[in-house]
Amino acid sequence: MAATLKPEGNGAGTQAAAFVGRVVLAVAIPLIAFFVIYEGFIFLRDSNAPKWVITAVAIVWGVGGVGLLYWVFNGIVERLPAQWTARLQPFVFVGPAIAILFWYLALPTARTFWLSLFDRDGVAFVGLANYKAIFTERLMREAFRNNLMWIIFGSTFSVLFGLVVATLADRSRWEKLAKSLIFLPMAISFVGAGVIWNFIYEVRPANVPQIGLLDALMVAFGRQPQAWYAWTDIIPWNNLFLIVIVIWLQTGFSMVLFSAALKGIPSELMEAARVDGATEVQIFFRIMIPYIRGTIITVWTTIVIFTLKIFDVVWVMTGGQFGTEVIATQFYRQSFVARNSGFGSAIAIVLFLAVIPVMVYNLRQFKEQEAF
Amino acid sequence: MGAKRKRLINDVLVNGGLLFLVLLWTIPTLGLFVSSFRSREDIQTSGWWNVFPHREWQKVSELDPKALGLDPNGVMEVEGAVGTFKEMRDGIETPDGRLITWVGNKRLGRIDVQEQGWAVSWDFDLSNYDQVLSGKDYEYKNPDGTVEVIPGDDMSGAFLNSLAVAVPATVIPILIAAFAAYAFAWMKFPGRRFWFVLVIALLVVPLQIALVPILRDYNTLGLNGTFLGVWLAHTGFGLALATYLLYNYISTLPRETLESAFIDGASHFTVFTRLVMPLSVPALASFAIFQFLWVWNDYLVALVFLGGNPEFKVVTQRLADIVGSRGSDWHLLTAGAFISMILPLTVFFALQRYFVRGLMAGSVKG
Repeated sequence: MAATLKPEGNGAGTQAAAFVGRVVLAVAIPLIAFFVIYEGFIFLRDSNAPKWVITAVAIVWGVGGVGLLYWVFNGIVERLPAQWTARLQPFVFVGPAIAILFWYLALPTARTFWLSLFDRDGVAFVGLANYKAIFTERLMREAFRNNLMWIIFGSTFSVLFGLVVATLADRSRWEKLAKSLIFLPMAISFVGAGVIWNFIYEVRPANVPQIGLLDALMVAFGRQPQAWYAWTDIIPWNNLFLIVIVIWLQTGFSMVLFSAALKGIPSELMEAARVDGATEVQIFFRIMIPYIRGTIITVWTTIVIFTLKIFDVVWVMTGGQFGTEVIATQFYRQSFVARNSGFGSAIAIVLFLAVIPVMVYNLRQFKEQEAF
Repeated sequence: MGAKRKRLINDVLVNGGLLFLVLLWTIPTLGLFVSSFRSREDIQTSGWWNVFPHREWQKVSELDPKALGLDPNGVMEVEGAVGTFKEMRDGIETPDGRLITWVGNKRLGRIDVQEQGWAVSWDFDLSNYDQVLSGKDYEYKNPDGTVEVIPGDDMSGAFLNSLAVAVPATVIPILIAAFAAYAFAWMKFPGRRFWFVLVIALLVVPLQIALVPILRDYNTLGLNGTFLGVWLAHTGFGLALATYLLYNYISTLPRETLESAFIDGASHFTVFTRLVMPLSVPALASFAIFQFLWVWNDYLVALVFLGGNPEFKVVTQRLADIVGSRGSDWHLLTAGAFISMILPLTVFFALQRYFVRGLMAGSVKG
């Protein structure tokens, strides 16, 4: 671009003017760009304009602003002498990503660790006392127990149901429809899913009609409504009522991966087994399961990570009360409700350490699967 | 047992089992959907499955106890059913299968005679949506004539906020990640390998670890409770994955295509915008759908970074508020929940293939 602006073979005066023009342009365009971006920020923060105007401005400003910044910085770099362009341009491309990752992930890891060594206000150094508290405090022990339940039941049943659905769908004639319907809950937020299942778990007094599906079924099968009480009271099994929600959401995920893996089994192998007189059940356990073992482990570990960090469902459904506390709700409560930043940070670090081994294993598998 | 018969049994088992599971998975959403169109009283007094044909007691006639000469203090006989006042108030069945119920008190009551009959509860309207979408107060007339004033939930405002959060929070990380992925794949610069490994390593960091320090920075910078703050947060938490996935795609683009463009004198910027971005549309779309859904359905990040600003609450926050403050107002909750789901579900049905690919790829998000 710079080359096209350069006038060729003119007088010194015009050349100087062109140079000044370029400098002015190179300074003015970025200044205008920054001004527009700043004004947009102020408008969005303080404006009383109608909501849809704010939304429209936010989208245009947010998306356009980032594009504009790249364009401006690239323009500046391309106007430099060629060897400087070559040297600096990669950093225009990669710099923002590295800066943001540094600010939002790398640095906070160190800062959170540092905070975890201090007391609730971040003033007095307490060493590892917060970590000691994590493993001794009653609510934290409850959270660890519950997270263990989440991991065991949540991942196992998601994998089981996913495997069953994938196998059945593979043999039916309405595979696509069935898979779509099972996958559909994955589009729903945890908060929305919480509402859906709260409605199913709703319990009414004995003398009025039940409106919750679960309790209506209980009554229909002859159970006295008054003998049945709110699900939140059945500690610690009330956690299972929450885990069901995540199984409902995650089965679609495991189903899709298993379905793809099952299609990869050579049909000659299955046919050969059938010719040899193997039953469908034998084929399932002796051929299919061993063949897709790698996928099963990947899906299982992915859901383990997922359940380790579970937060929204619990926070919306019970707020962590009635013995349903998990690590992430404890983290939120300590960090943002109790304002105990030292303790909260220590929990975050523990969560991080718990996730690392599974995550590393998973990323390695992920690369082999070439899921993308 | 013949092979044909064996196959038939097999077919029934497979399809029956699958149908059972599909129903199990669909009914929760269906119940919510159906309920969101039923009136407040209907939801509170009968299960949503009453929209399907079912048998229920229907009033066929009304009797006046005085005209029949009944004494409420003793044992009475009506249409063949015998019982005291108390029993009659709870309802007694007659020998021919009708239900006798005393309605009202002893002196001024009446007797209803009901028979079992087929019924459907098909009284649907959009008033729940009206109420939950609007930001204005809503007047509700109770059956006894009193008027209740219920504050609106402004779900429409929350919906717009969610859009204002989700669209930029989807596009920004993709743009930044695409630039970075291109640089990692096709540009030479010192420390390229080191930076790339760092990006991959950061995939393992759960976002919880960043919340407290970033919130402190935001308080200092005045970014707390602003859209920009939330966009940047979502960008930060999604960028490592986006860069990794887009790198996997962009680095496999055919070398010759790009090299011929360079020989023609195109700059990196031109090659990136004119060639690499259009060629990467499948990868960009898959990640875009994943990120959009992730942000739209997110609750934690919005709670931490937008929580201080009620004006900018997103749908998940608004819905969680209704759960917290009016958890038994099912007419609001069902409609509200459905509003929060409508956009993800549309995306799901419209772009199913990209959707599945995107969610599969995003499953390792930290």
